[in-house]
Amino acid sequence: MLTADGVPLRRSLNRALRRQKLRAALLIAPLLVFVLITFLAPIGDMLFRSVENQIVSNTLPRTVAALSDWDPASETPPDETAFRALAHDLVIATELKTHTRLGSRLNYEASGMSSLLRSTGRDVEDFGEDLSAALADLDPVWAEPVTWADLLGDPAWRAEHESWAATGQRSGAPAFQPSATALTALPRTTEIYGAFARITQEVNGRNLMRQDPWHLVAITLIEEIKADPAAAQAFAGEHAARLAAIAGADLPQADFTAAFADSNDRWITPTPWSVIALYAAPYTPGYFLNAIDLGKTPEGIAPRPADEQVYIMLFMRTLWLSLTITALCLLLGYPVAWLLANLPARQANLLMILVLLPFWTSLLVRTSAWKVLLQRQGVINDVLVWIGLIGDDARLVMINNQLGTVIAMTHILLPFMILPLYSVMKTIPPTYMRAAKSLGANDWSAFWRVYFPQSVPGIAAGCILVFILAIGYYITPELMGGARGVFISNRIAYHIGTSLNWGLAAALGTILLIVVLVLYWVYDRFVGVNNVKLG
Amino acid sequence: MKIKTLLGATALATLPLSAGVAFAQDLPACENCADSMVLMSWGGAYQASQVAAYAEPYTALTGVTITWDEGSNEAVAKMRAASEAGNMTFDLVDVEGPDAQRACDEGLAVEVDFDAVLAPGTDGSSPTDDFGASGSIINDCFVPQIVFSTTFGYRTDVAAWNGKTPDNLCAIFDLENFPGMRALEGRPKKNLEWALLCDGVAKDDLYDVLSSDGGVDRALAKLDTIRDSVVWWSAGAETPQLLADGEVVMGSTYNGRLFSAIEEQKQPIAMLWDWQVFDYDGWVIPAGLDEARMNRVMHFLHFATDTQRLADQAKYISYGPARGSSQPLVSTHATLGIEMAPHMPTNPANQKNYLVNNIEWWADNQDEVEAVFQNWLAR
Repeated sequence: MLTADGVPLRRSLNRALRRQKLRAALLIAPLLVFVLITFLAPIGDMLFRSVENQIVSNTLPRTVAALSDWDPASETPPDETAFRALAHDLVIATELKTHTRLGSRLNYEASGMSSLLRSTGRDVEDFGEDLSAALADLDPVWAEPVTWADLLGDPAWRAEHESWAATGQRSGAPAFQPSATALTALPRTTEIYGAFARITQEVNGRNLMRQDPWHLVAITLIEEIKADPAAAQAFAGEHAARLAAIAGADLPQADFTAAFADSNDRWITPTPWSVIALYAAPYTPGYFLNAIDLGKTPEGIAPRPADEQVYIMLFMRTLWLSLTITALCLLLGYPVAWLLANLPARQANLLMILVLLPFWTSLLVRTSAWKVLLQRQGVINDVLVWIGLIGDDARLVMINNQLGTVIAMTHILLPFMILPLYSVMKTIPPTYMRAAKSLGANDWSAFWRVYFPQSVPGIAAGCILVFILAIGYYITPELMGGARGVFISNRIAYHIGTSLNWGLAAALGTILLIVVLVLYWVYDRFVGVNNVKLG
Repeated sequence: MKIKTLLGATALATLPLSAGVAFAQDLPACENCADSMVLMSWGGAYQASQVAAYAEPYTALTGVTITWDEGSNEAVAKMRAASEAGNMTFDLVDVEGPDAQRACDEGLAVEVDFDAVLAPGTDGSSPTDDFGASGSIINDCFVPQIVFSTTFGYRTDVAAWNGKTPDNLCAIFDLENFPGMRALEGRPKKNLEWALLCDGVAKDDLYDVLSSDGGVDRALAKLDTIRDSVVWWSAGAETPQLLADGEVVMGSTYNGRLFSAIEEQKQPIAMLWDWQVFDYDGWVIPAGLDEARMNRVMHFLHFATDTQRLADQAKYISYGPARGSSQPLVSTHATLGIEMAPHMPTNPANQKNYLVNNIEWWADNQDEVEAVFQNWLAR
């Protein structure tokens, strides 16, 4: 069948439908993009952060590799190779100032790691000082930064650098290029010097010819030459002679184990090493374990020390207080909603305004108002003292504890209970109650057996709304709860803003999200989400 | 919350005209500089003193628009977030010394060459010597503005004290003679030191004890003795409010807050200077600014931390200027007209017993001790 312009009807119809779908998609596109950017992306980021742990392997790549065949359950620290790798990593990390971040990260898992890495970070650049000095004693040219650049740098780069230096500019120095000879004859020395050059030039913006290389460069050079004296012959002229002199000289041995032990004797216990080894993987369940008061140990997953166990307790407190608040809201809101639905329009409207007025007032204002009412020298206590119910020295403590949180949150969340209840009750015909009574039911059984079952969808909607809002509440518990009335969200805020443990905050947030989803599922099983009516 | 600072008539009126004119000539022009900047500070009376003492005069001289962001209590978190996002939304951040240390340690703040960037003192001393004279140079990133202290205030009208008034720090732990609620900061720093001092530890041994096994637990055990009588605060403005309401009978906070409660609002509160803890507050420049913004920040810093500007700030708030050369210039309060010197934490009569915030110890141990303290608090 063809349409008037000769196109098959089916195709023409499809095209029209497609256009319609496209238009519909375009209409919702802004909302969809908005939701993606402001809702799904942050949640995705949160999930990612709660397992992401690349900081350890990024900051200490050599140490992680050196520890790969060391047993974290071992009674002794690893051998010199690991100490040397750590010195190498730490020298770079302190230059880049990443060792403090790493210290904070590892400190989440084992208390003491932060101060350990910070204090050793201050000492590590002096490790091997004696070898550098010995080298300079052997031949003073080794104390000249230029010697190293000449030895390891590409001649073309050296020439370029010289002409740059002649211009007297402060920035724009040509970046270090290793020479082919150095790369093959002294690969490890060249690598470390390359790292030194990159940091000196790019990060610190200094002139390479005026900065003494790290002691680690000297140590590595001595070792490479001692291990393979023939490497000296790869170089031309004075370099070959200088390197040959090193090969023949009697120089001290580098001892990083002793250097670390000197800096802090915790390094010669296995503890810090096993923490590094256990958390070396780029992704870790560590934050989640932490969020439920567990931790990784060499023997497997174990509970954290008793004085660090708080999160389970905070989750339980959050759930318990949210349940209490929901129950109180239902108890207080149900009669109000019933009145709203059954009073004549004039009074009902007035009552509605009274319900909505606080709803439209800023949350902070209402919370502060409760502070004024509930505090020891507050309105309620003053009135009670004035009428003589309590003595002036026995004023009630209703704030900075769980009671304060419960009272203020119940008031603040009450409209979220009343409104769904009201919208459901409004649809229950009053004739049903009258019919029940005319059939002989007394007031109670007419209510309980006829009215109440019809209001259940409203109860369900109100309860789920209030409970889910309550479980994630932050500002009211913060202001009213004191130390013992705060919720898990306050702890999350603390980790985001103060302790900067974003991984743990993300894990706690994820667990909170999962708890809400599970409860929603349970709720759906028992009440049925289809029964929820918001109006 | 952001307050856009616009130049108002009142601002010009409070500015000493002669100083403004003198510096209009001294202030070099800024080449290749951004024409606006965002400053992060603490809000409240402190930020107001900065606006009056340096931001408005600077705007008057240069026409630069200055916007304020009141985010300093979470400055390091914000700097880290902005740095991760690669979009630094503020140009200069006001932080306390320990936060400056942290930002500097993590590479979130850039180092400042004092003698190249800052103005020399009016007495001819180099910036390094001038700031060094008050001991305020903590690290290479931190440009100090003020020295403040954390100390205790108490109500002068508590009937239950039977006429006694606290005359030393340990009254905090003396529930028998001084019953009533106390306000303490919900952070370990200072509280642990105070607890140990009142547990019989000598000033010189404080950090040895805290570093030793069980040292922190000993301090917490002392705090446990008053725990049920403590309201924990997180913002410095809470204590004066709690004291004014009679919710607490004594509490710790920053001395400038107590000054305004006592002198400006005439509340029945008195200062207990015993074992006040000195601390510095100042600017750090976040890493990651482009050249034009950086030039503007340097230009502003040169102006805002010179001798006269720091002395001017003391007209609005009772915090001591961080420059040695500013201290003789401290005069009277801008509106109350009272002498400011006796209200400064550095006044000799106020510092018979004092501590200086041990930034190094806290930088090393903050993560550990903070975690232990927060867990103690939550239980």
